[in-house]
Amino acid sequence: MDVLYAVFIAPFVDMATAPIFFAEVIIGGLIAGVMYSLVALGFVLIFKASGVFNFAQGVLALFAGLTLVGLMEFMGQTSTQQLPWYLIALAIIGTAAVMVALAFAIERIVLRPLVNQEQIILFMSTIGLALFLEGFGDVLWGSDVKALDIGIPDASFEWGGILLNQFDLVAAATAAVLVAVLAVFFQKTRVGRALRAVADDHQAALSVGIPLKSIWVIVWSVAGIVAMVAGIMWGAKSGVQFSLSLIALKALPVLILGGFTSVPGAIVGGLIIGVGEKIAEIYWGPLIGGAIENWFAYMLAMVFLLFRPQGLFGEKIIERV
Amino acid sequence: MSVRKLTLGLVSAAVLTAPILATKAQAADEIFIPLLVYRSGAYAPNGIPIANGFRDYFDLLNKRDGGVGGAKIVWEECEFAYNTKVGVECYERLKAKKPVIVNPYSTGLTYKLIPKAPVDKVPILSMGYGRTAAADGRVFPWVFNFPTTYWSQASAFVKYVGAQEGGMGKLKGKKIALVYHNSAYGKEPIPTLQALEKKHGFKLTLLAVDHPGQEQKATWLQIRRLRPDWIFMWGWGVMNQVAIKEAAAIGYPMDHFIGVWWSGTETDVVPAGAGAKGYKAGTFHGAGPGYKAHEDILKLVYGGDVGKAQDNKWGEVLYNRGMMNAVYSIEAIRTAQKKFGVKVPTGEQVRWGLENLDLTAARLKEIGLDGFTKPVKVSCRDHETAGPVMIQQWDGHQWEFVSDWISPMTDVVRPMLEEAAASYAKENNITPRSCN
Repeated sequence: MDVLYAVFIAPFVDMATAPIFFAEVIIGGLIAGVMYSLVALGFVLIFKASGVFNFAQGVLALFAGLTLVGLMEFMGQTSTQQLPWYLIALAIIGTAAVMVALAFAIERIVLRPLVNQEQIILFMSTIGLALFLEGFGDVLWGSDVKALDIGIPDASFEWGGILLNQFDLVAAATAAVLVAVLAVFFQKTRVGRALRAVADDHQAALSVGIPLKSIWVIVWSVAGIVAMVAGIMWGAKSGVQFSLSLIALKALPVLILGGFTSVPGAIVGGLIIGVGEKIAEIYWGPLIGGAIENWFAYMLAMVFLLFRPQGLFGEKIIERV
Repeated sequence: MSVRKLTLGLVSAAVLTAPILATKAQAADEIFIPLLVYRSGAYAPNGIPIANGFRDYFDLLNKRDGGVGGAKIVWEECEFAYNTKVGVECYERLKAKKPVIVNPYSTGLTYKLIPKAPVDKVPILSMGYGRTAAADGRVFPWVFNFPTTYWSQASAFVKYVGAQEGGMGKLKGKKIALVYHNSAYGKEPIPTLQALEKKHGFKLTLLAVDHPGQEQKATWLQIRRLRPDWIFMWGWGVMNQVAIKEAAAIGYPMDHFIGVWWSGTETDVVPAGAGAKGYKAGTFHGAGPGYKAHEDILKLVYGGDVGKAQDNKWGEVLYNRGMMNAVYSIEAIRTAQKKFGVKVPTGEQVRWGLENLDLTAARLKEIGLDGFTKPVKVSCRDHETAGPVMIQQWDGHQWEFVSDWISPMTDVVRPMLEEAAASYAKENNITPRSCN
């Protein structure tokens, strides 16, 4: 009886009796969810344009973070000396340029020889790419944990009893803007429509004059820039280091839930996962020793999968015989 | 016989005999020590300074003293990226070179190597980590975890908190939270803290963080609600940096936040910036490069190039830890050399050296580490020595000691430890040896 009470009643009583804390949990979950969405977006972009699950997306975020810190250090940033805003902006632009250059290289060296190959071949190539970029980033910038400070304020403040952090709010706003831009890009522009056509069928897209090479470069460039934003936001929280590439694990349940082909799905999925795992961890976690949020996110995604295999916003799978 | 077959035969013969020849050549006047390192992967920021500390100390001895007791020290690094399975493979590969001691530098890997040690006759030195129960030398004759263990450290933390609160009696009713890495390593202090909770009447809350610990919002929301008087952290890798940053973000008083000695390095605090100021951590050795041994390393290993030495983490907390571990290994080898009158002792003889190690303050001074750590005297029964712990605090630029040496509560820890060892012995059909 005690167990039933602890599982089915006590958590809800707790939520009702401490509503401000519950609101803080929800907001904390939403903010964490936004951060997951930032990573998930990169996966969605590549998947939409090529039908490939890009195993290297987490490493792209790491590589972008390392490049940004490296450029900032090159411009004179030290642990005691902050760069002026225009140099930080220049370093960010420089990093974006590196990510675009990387997209060109990936298209030329990895993807072009694999046109019309099975999806699994392309997937395997992204595993190779991830391993290469990890090693290359290590050789180029070293393995140290690097502090990343691009001048976003990091102070916390209370609002109606709820603790909010300025950095988290900036991250949420950035993700919102990014999603809005990408949604418009995919739905309303010629390039966006071309991307979707390429995703459906390489050969068919080529036959109607869609330049496959350019499309891939564009999509990998955009995914690289999204990875850069994710790398900045996550890197500023934990320092830029190898484990940044593991944030991809946080994006997987988001993708399963939101759908691999939907930009809004990545956002809504991220928010659901973020809020769900925080509530589970705080109200039910202590009953079984805690640290349940990682597997709970996957469990939540699996439950959704039972009812909607394509995810919440994914395109319905129609196979014609 | 065709030329092709002949060539193939010769190449095969060379490949097969090369390791044997290499081992024989090495055995003459060289002592082999395998270095299982993680210079890559998620834990590389921790692994690199440790590996450099080992390497530089061995290099120093070879250059300055011609090795140890007339034998050159030979080492080979094997990269295992903190992956236990790969670590075991590394060990198995390097075992052929007849190592005299192994320092696994991973609690998971130590657990895997413990059953192999008596079979391979290679003693394990898991300095301040690994299986705490191994401190009972009657059950674990081949494993050493001096100068102190996680359990001893946990008790020293409680003692420190008691002193800060104005006496152990004041702990009653206080709230202490343990934020721990959800792994065998992270769970190590729990039994000790629970025993001390009962004894001193504080309220212990356990908060697990899953690997790698990049996202900890739920943990710190719980801390914010709980408002513990003190937080202990048993973290590793990115978990440390994120936890320190989150603690600062919720405005937790950093001088009431104490990390295990694996959560008290430069790497852990620098990414958190000014927010990390005031954060504390346990340690059992000095910080910084201000010792004679460091001077010698700078001069002989780096040719006086401070920049190059600093790039190699010279004097950082984990570099010093690697160096200290190398010192213990070498002193045990030296002890074995003296006892058995050999230049190149066997693993079995070094095991004896470890068990009879008596590293005095005078000897520490002699090797250029005056005051760097407390003297250590190992015995058949006690492989831990229950060495004391100090608390260091980050002042925004460097670590400073803010406590005296704190002796662990051996009256609580030792019986628990012996009980755990006895339980291990029972599970593994080990008959404890007599140490009388």
